[in-house]
Amino acid sequence: MTIERYSFQERVIHWTAGLTYIYLLLTGLAFYSPTMWWIAGMLGGGPVIRYWHPVAGLAFVATVLWMYKAWRRDMRLSDLDRKWAKGIVDYVSHQDHKLPPVGKYNGGQKQFFWVMFYGALALLASGMILWWTEAIPWSLRWVRFAAVLLHVAAFLVTVAGFIVHVYMGTVVVKGGLTAMTSGKVTKEWAHHHHPLWK
Amino acid sequence: MAGSTLELKRISAVSTAPPGVRETTVVSKYIDTTSCIGCKACEVACQQWNDLPPEVTVQFGTYQTLPDMTPSFWNLIRFEETEVDGAQAWLMRKDQCMHCADPGCLAACPAPSAIVQYVNGIVDFNQEHCIGCGYCMTGCPFNVPKLNKTTSKVYKCTLCVDRVSVGLEPACIKACPTGCLQFGSKPQMLHLAEQRVARLKENGFANAMVYDPPGVGGTGVVTVVAHGDRLASYGLPRDPSIPLAVTLWKKPLKWLGNLGMIAGVVVAGLHYLKFGSKPEPEAKEPEK
Repeated sequence: MTIERYSFQERVIHWTAGLTYIYLLLTGLAFYSPTMWWIAGMLGGGPVIRYWHPVAGLAFVATVLWMYKAWRRDMRLSDLDRKWAKGIVDYVSHQDHKLPPVGKYNGGQKQFFWVMFYGALALLASGMILWWTEAIPWSLRWVRFAAVLLHVAAFLVTVAGFIVHVYMGTVVVKGGLTAMTSGKVTKEWAHHHHPLWK
Repeated sequence: MAGSTLELKRISAVSTAPPGVRETTVVSKYIDTTSCIGCKACEVACQQWNDLPPEVTVQFGTYQTLPDMTPSFWNLIRFEETEVDGAQAWLMRKDQCMHCADPGCLAACPAPSAIVQYVNGIVDFNQEHCIGCGYCMTGCPFNVPKLNKTTSKVYKCTLCVDRVSVGLEPACIKACPTGCLQFGSKPQMLHLAEQRVARLKENGFANAMVYDPPGVGGTGVVTVVAHGDRLASYGLPRDPSIPLAVTLWKKPLKWLGNLGMIAGVVVAGLHYLKFGSKPEPEAKEPEK
C-alpha cells in the first residue's frame, strides 16, 4: 500500500534544483581551486562555464523560490523540532526511538531547507555583483570585496548541507531516493519515519 | 613565444611552481610627472604599436583624453587642475598598469595562465586563457584591468612585452619628447628618480617623492611626483596593497573550505561504515 509523498510538480522542481545545483557546484569548484580546473575542460572550457554558471544560478534560485512558496509552511520549525534537534546524537546513531515523533519533515530536513533558502539568496545577491563587476563603480569597490567573500562563504555553507542531504537521502534512509523519484512511499515507511504526518 | 615558459615567475591559478629559471634584469618604467608636458605622444604611440582601435575622446572639462582607461586604451595621461600653496598647478600623470611585484590581479585570477608575471617583472594578460570573470578588476588596487564586453576578455598595458623581449624600449617611452619617460632596470630607474627628487627638493618642492609603493612589493613603474602630500590629485592610492578580501578568500577561506569539503565526505563514509543505513520497518505481506 503506497501513498503519495511528492507530487509530480514537486519532483520536477526538486530535480531541476538538484541538477542546476550540481552544475553550479562543479563549475564553481573549477573557479574555486586550480586543482579542480580539470572540471572546466570536461564541461566545455573556462569561457563556456563562465557564461553558463550565472545563468544556471538564476534557474537554481527560481526553483528555490518556488520551493519556498510551496513548502515554507511545512518547513516551519516547531518546539517539537527543537526538542528533536537536541537528540541529534541519537538520530545520527540510529536510536530514533529515543526521539520525539516527527511530522512530514524532521528538524534536520527543515533546517536543510532554510540553509539552502538563505544560502541561495546570499549566492544570488553576491553572484549578481560578480556577474557584472564592472558595473560596480571603483568608489564602491568594497561591494565587490563583500560579494567575493559572501559568495564563497555561502557556497561552503550550502555544500555542507548538500553533502549531508545527498548522503541521508540516498544511503542512510532507504526509500528516501525513490520517494523523490516515484513520489510514493509505503504506509509502513511513512509511519516509521514520519508518524505525525497527516 | 618559444622558450617563454623559462621566463615565467608567477602564473595565475596554477598550484605548482612556475617554470621560470632564466635570470634577467627586472625592468621598470620611469615617469617624471614634473617634466611631463601633457603632449600625449605616449597615448598615441601605445595605440599605434598595439594596433588598438581609436577611441572617441570625451570632453569632460579637462585636458584628459578620456575619463578612464578602456579595454582598447591602455595608457592615459591623467590631468588635474588644482591649487598648490595658492598657485595654480597642473598635475599630470601617465596612468597604466603598474606591473606590481606582488600583483593583485594575478592573485585573484581563477583561470590558469590567464595572468603571468615574467622574471623581468612584467605582468601580462593572456587573452586566450582569460575567461572574462572580472576577478582581476576586484584584485587590482589601481583599477587598471578593463573588460571588453564583446570579447569577454580583460585588457591592459603589456609593458610592450613583445618589444622588451627583443631588446626594445616600450612604445610610450620611445615617443616621449621631453625625456620624462625612461626605461631600464629597476635599480637604474630608482636611482634616476632619487636624483630627480633631490633636485626638486633643492628647488623648493619639500614634498617631492618617489612613488614605488611597498604594499604591492614595489611597482614596475617608478613615478616621481612633486607633491607627495597630494597623491590623490595624481590618482594614486597612498598605500596600495592586495585587497584584504582577496587575500582572505584565496588563502584561509579556501583552505578551510577544502578541509571542510573533504572532511564532510570522509565523515559521511565513516558514518556509513560505523552505523550503516537506518533500520527499516519489517516488510509486511501486501494487503489483499
